[in-house]
Amino acid sequence: MSLSRDPGGMRFAYLLQLGDNALILGQRLGEWVGHAPELEEELALANFALDYIGQARALFTLAAETEGRGRSEDDLAFLRDGMDYRNVLLVEQPNGNFADTLARQFLFESFYQIQLEALAESSDTQLAQLAQKVEKEIRYHLRHTAQWVVRLGDGTELSHQRMQHAIDGLWRFTGELFSANAVDHWAAESAVGPSPPSLQRPWDTLVDEVLEEATIARPESGWMASGGKDGRHSEHMGHLLADMQFLQRAYPGATW
Amino acid sequence: MDTHGWPLFEIFIRAKSGLSHRHVGSLHAADSVMALDHARDLYTRRGEGVSIWAVESRSIHASDPAEHAQLFEPAEDKIYRHPTFYEVPEGVDNL
Repeated sequence: MSLSRDPGGMRFAYLLQLGDNALILGQRLGEWVGHAPELEEELALANFALDYIGQARALFTLAAETEGRGRSEDDLAFLRDGMDYRNVLLVEQPNGNFADTLARQFLFESFYQIQLEALAESSDTQLAQLAQKVEKEIRYHLRHTAQWVVRLGDGTELSHQRMQHAIDGLWRFTGELFSANAVDHWAAESAVGPSPPSLQRPWDTLVDEVLEEATIARPESGWMASGGKDGRHSEHMGHLLADMQFLQRAYPGATW
Repeated sequence: MDTHGWPLFEIFIRAKSGLSHRHVGSLHAADSVMALDHARDLYTRRGEGVSIWAVESRSIHASDPAEHAQLFEPAEDKIYRHPTFYEVPEGVDNL
């Protein structure tokens, strides 16, 4: 394949996959500001959002250096078209209700945590150092989100129903986390990152444990949606980008 | 979500090893585990602490402000209770 003869291009693409997951989930969490059910929880979600934006900045900075075409982290974040984003479909799904958001957060972060543990051992030392730092942030997030899955799942009849509904609704987006595209194959072959299918088993163990404590039934793994990592996004992505990119599109180069 | 039933917690933060925990504020949480998480997000996001205590506000017993006179005023004119009342012997640097 032509791209594999271009390690710079592959590294750029791999960093974008990671950075876009962080950016888009950060944007989604930021949408909760002013709407969370409790002041304290709103701060927690906003903190998480800022953690993700910080991770995206670091990854885009590395990506921009790798690309070497003079694009900045902001250019990468705000001036790409929808099909150029490489995040998984899971993170772009709408916030829904509080249970939907926490279920999305839990399903993603249980994967992300395991991915980061592997990335901390990356042959790419810059990426390894970054992953070691980020892993601490996500370990805390995961503790908090897993707690909420249990609280709502094993809470009242209504909260249980909403959490079960949320997990059921999002399950079809979990398959993509463990599917490998050309960029993932390159990363695995060059020991830059883990092979996604290898993360499935530890994820199953982690998720099953929390779902059991939450008295939530694990959905059947049927048809899985995918395409986000290759730029084929769900209908929600356009709306998210319209909101996120508005300022830079309407007032190019605006700073403050 | 109905959170009016969430109890209030008082939060104490230890700024660094060796110092005592200081009261920094209060927050609502469903239980002590959530109280510690919320305290972490509310009160330590700028590196303010290395340890958190959360105590349910209802566990704190407070003196009655109406009893201020009998509790505290008698101490006001007893200056000899302060260590500054005594002369520091020569050669003692750190007292």
